[in-house]
Amino acid sequence: MSGRPVVGVITFPGSNGDYDALHAMREDVGVEARFVDYRETSLSGIDAVVLPGGFSYGDHLRCGAIARFAPVMAPLAEFAGAGGPVLGICNGFQVLTEAHLLPGALLRNGTMRFHCHWSHIRIESDRTAWTGGIAEATVLRLPVAHGEGSYFADPETIAMLEAQGQIVARYCTPDGTVDESSNRNGSVGSIAAVSNAAGNVVGIMPHPERAANELVGGADGLRLLRAVLGGAVAAPA
Amino acid sequence: MSEETSESRWRVAVTVLPKAGVNDPAGESIRHGLEQLGYDGVDTVRAGKVITLVVQAESEDLARATVERMGEQLLANPVIETFSVDVEPFQART
Repeated sequence: MSGRPVVGVITFPGSNGDYDALHAMREDVGVEARFVDYRETSLSGIDAVVLPGGFSYGDHLRCGAIARFAPVMAPLAEFAGAGGPVLGICNGFQVLTEAHLLPGALLRNGTMRFHCHWSHIRIESDRTAWTGGIAEATVLRLPVAHGEGSYFADPETIAMLEAQGQIVARYCTPDGTVDESSNRNGSVGSIAAVSNAAGNVVGIMPHPERAANELVGGADGLRLLRAVLGGAVAAPA
Repeated sequence: MSEETSESRWRVAVTVLPKAGVNDPAGESIRHGLEQLGYDGVDTVRAGKVITLVVQAESEDLARATVERMGEQLLANPVIETFSVDVEPFQART
């Protein structure tokens, strides 16, 4: 790769965080970014991929279940398999679990309500493409906006994720304590973000792209969006 | 439509339910509602979905096998859900 890294933001029918992600990458992080339509069949020239939040295909059947079969998902699986950095935000996280690129699933919030508020997460692993350089136990303040954000995996899978360091972040209090009061959607283990075994694919329920500038109330999300820049240099061509 | 075609149609119901051990806040809300109505003998409620299809297949077994593949590939998510398939001959309602 030469020159500035290029971030691709995949737009599905029903994505609504795509413009926020593109804007945050271009204006706040300062990299090149372009939309990748869900019908595209190549990710050539793309160094990192963001799957944005929203309601792809109206969340019909299950969140992310239909998006998984979009034409762009085949090259995305290849890109991820070759070590390319992929970040799924909110609905993007749901799509990645449905596509089996990340373990587990996202269930209806335990409260049965849509959650839209600021949250705090504690970084549990700095060994992913999107958390490199962020010290473990760092607390980030990011907004959430989801109805199906309750992370679930069976106990065997959770044990494996713990052992392999694939739990990337947990919901916590502002001082970094992981407890039930901060786990408002009822996620297993307060899990807010996970990675694949290699660490290049990360799914996160809160929205870093909506906290990329103090103008909108916080810029902690920039730390995650910027972290990929170092890793992107090693991305497949 | 020929009679042969009519005989090779099957009405299939796919019942999708949350797996044991998976939180089901919708089911719990329904159970709570029933309790409010005075039904105090309800131990568990699990809320899922039923997907009905009319499919063409040469036999009931083939119809079932096809829809079971659909269940594994799309209709249910094996991480969180189980599904069952019921097949009956399709009777056109006139």
